[in-house]
Amino acid sequence: MKKLINDPADVVSQALLGMEVAHGDRLRVDHEHKVVFRKDAPRSGKVGLVSGGGSGHEPMHGGYVGLGMLDAACCGEVFTSPVPDQMLAATTGVDGGAGVLHIVKNYTGDVMNFEMAAELAADGDVQVRSVVVDDDVAVQDSLYTAGRRGVGTTVLLEKLVGAAAESGRSLDEVTELATRINGVGRSMGLALTSCTVPAAGKPTFELGDDEMELGIGIHGEPGRKRVPMTSAAEAAQLLVDPILTDLPYGTGDSVIAMVNGMGGTPLIELYIMYGEVQRLLEKAGITVARCLVGNYITSLEMAGCSVTLVKADDELVGLWDAPVNTPGLRWGV
Amino acid sequence: MGDTIEVAQFSDWMRRYAGVIHENAAMLTELDSAIGDADHGSNMDRGMSAVVAALEAGEFASGADLFKKIGMTLVSSVGGASGPLYGTFFLRFGGKLGDGPVDAQALGVALRAGVEGIVQRGKAEVGDKTMIDAWAPALEAYDAAAPDGLDAALRAAAEAGAGGRDAATPLVARKGRASYLGERSAGHQDPGATSSVLLLEAAAATLA
Repeated sequence: MKKLINDPADVVSQALLGMEVAHGDRLRVDHEHKVVFRKDAPRSGKVGLVSGGGSGHEPMHGGYVGLGMLDAACCGEVFTSPVPDQMLAATTGVDGGAGVLHIVKNYTGDVMNFEMAAELAADGDVQVRSVVVDDDVAVQDSLYTAGRRGVGTTVLLEKLVGAAAESGRSLDEVTELATRINGVGRSMGLALTSCTVPAAGKPTFELGDDEMELGIGIHGEPGRKRVPMTSAAEAAQLLVDPILTDLPYGTGDSVIAMVNGMGGTPLIELYIMYGEVQRLLEKAGITVARCLVGNYITSLEMAGCSVTLVKADDELVGLWDAPVNTPGLRWGV
Repeated sequence: MGDTIEVAQFSDWMRRYAGVIHENAAMLTELDSAIGDADHGSNMDRGMSAVVAALEAGEFASGADLFKKIGMTLVSSVGGASGPLYGTFFLRFGGKLGDGPVDAQALGVALRAGVEGIVQRGKAEVGDKTMIDAWAPALEAYDAAAPDGLDAALRAAAEAGAGGRDAATPLVARKGRASYLGERSAGHQDPGATSSVLLLEAAAATLA
């Protein structure tokens, strides 16, 4: 394992120390609970947005705390859900009297820990709602399974819902919007390499030079199937096709599109992929209203990428364009 | 070695389990690498170290007090799905122990309450390839052997739990991160069922 760390056991706490000194103008960090807070939280009368999850997906979620996005992010161990104490500290710390929305990615551990935190917060005076993001088309949804994973749509949802909360919408309205965005967001990813969890010390899976893993999540877990390595054009097709047929998206639709790097793929390749994705969307008669290209929801140093589409209307595009000032996304300020 | 369990034996159970988890952490993480996210061993090791620290810091008048502390400690320190699942197990288990002496029958009632807590929190059933595949046959075997005493019941439970763990290996996972692999999860031993059997084996070694 070659990593720029001091001790595998201190990766999360030391990254938070660095984050605090790098972005102290916008953020403060509760080191005991490993929670990143917006510096001016709680904001009176504003719905508080709390997300969180395992670490190793940076900039998500700590990098999305700030004006126009999250009020707090709970940082678990690498690829491990945070615990209810952390979520409770975040929830009470951001409640400005208008209630708190938990943005939860659909993983068994995350859902269970956020549920326990919401039960604890309800014992206090904080009104808590939650939205569970489950946008990964690689996983067939079924009543009998854990369901789809929460992946790329989480980033776009945090931005869009963050703008709505900033504009003073109520907890009911913000929750309804979040649920609606999750309903029109879909993602699919692929990996060219595995990644190494610092505590494990070796790659989670092995992948040959001539192979790629299709239908991955964001935790270095193997995907749905292993396929031969191919060109960017064909890889884009493998990602875009299952997304387009799933919602379904159709001619005349407008989308917010993200081509996201998993952490180890250079931007030059991501732009090649974006060009291919855009071409496929155009061919399907779909307009890209706004886009993001870069590393936004990562899986440590995994090479690979994911595509996320959120069906957009004027309201969502307006929320997208609203000012945001976080370490990970910043415009309009 | 009697017909009832002392609070000190419950502490021994947890210390022994912490030791076993530490020894097997790499193996559990290895199993989790194949069908999960490669953290079960390190998470359980961190949680059980915190439990041992809590045992050393506090004094516990009853099993109920002890397991309340243990459950909360695991919920607060493990994370993932294992934190809420094992945490809920010990909270419910302790909640049923009561203040009196714990005999084979009382321990069976508490174990069942703990497992019901896991089912409620995780919504898994037998055959989903989770820790429930170990726990369900373990409870059945425990109850069947309970009239023969604690030692017989705990040994039967550990043995049946191991059988259930192995029977789940060929199955396709329907809950937890392993379910994302679909057919590819078949043939791999479930990490949660494995750590559950270790808990039962530690119980058989310390409580009877």
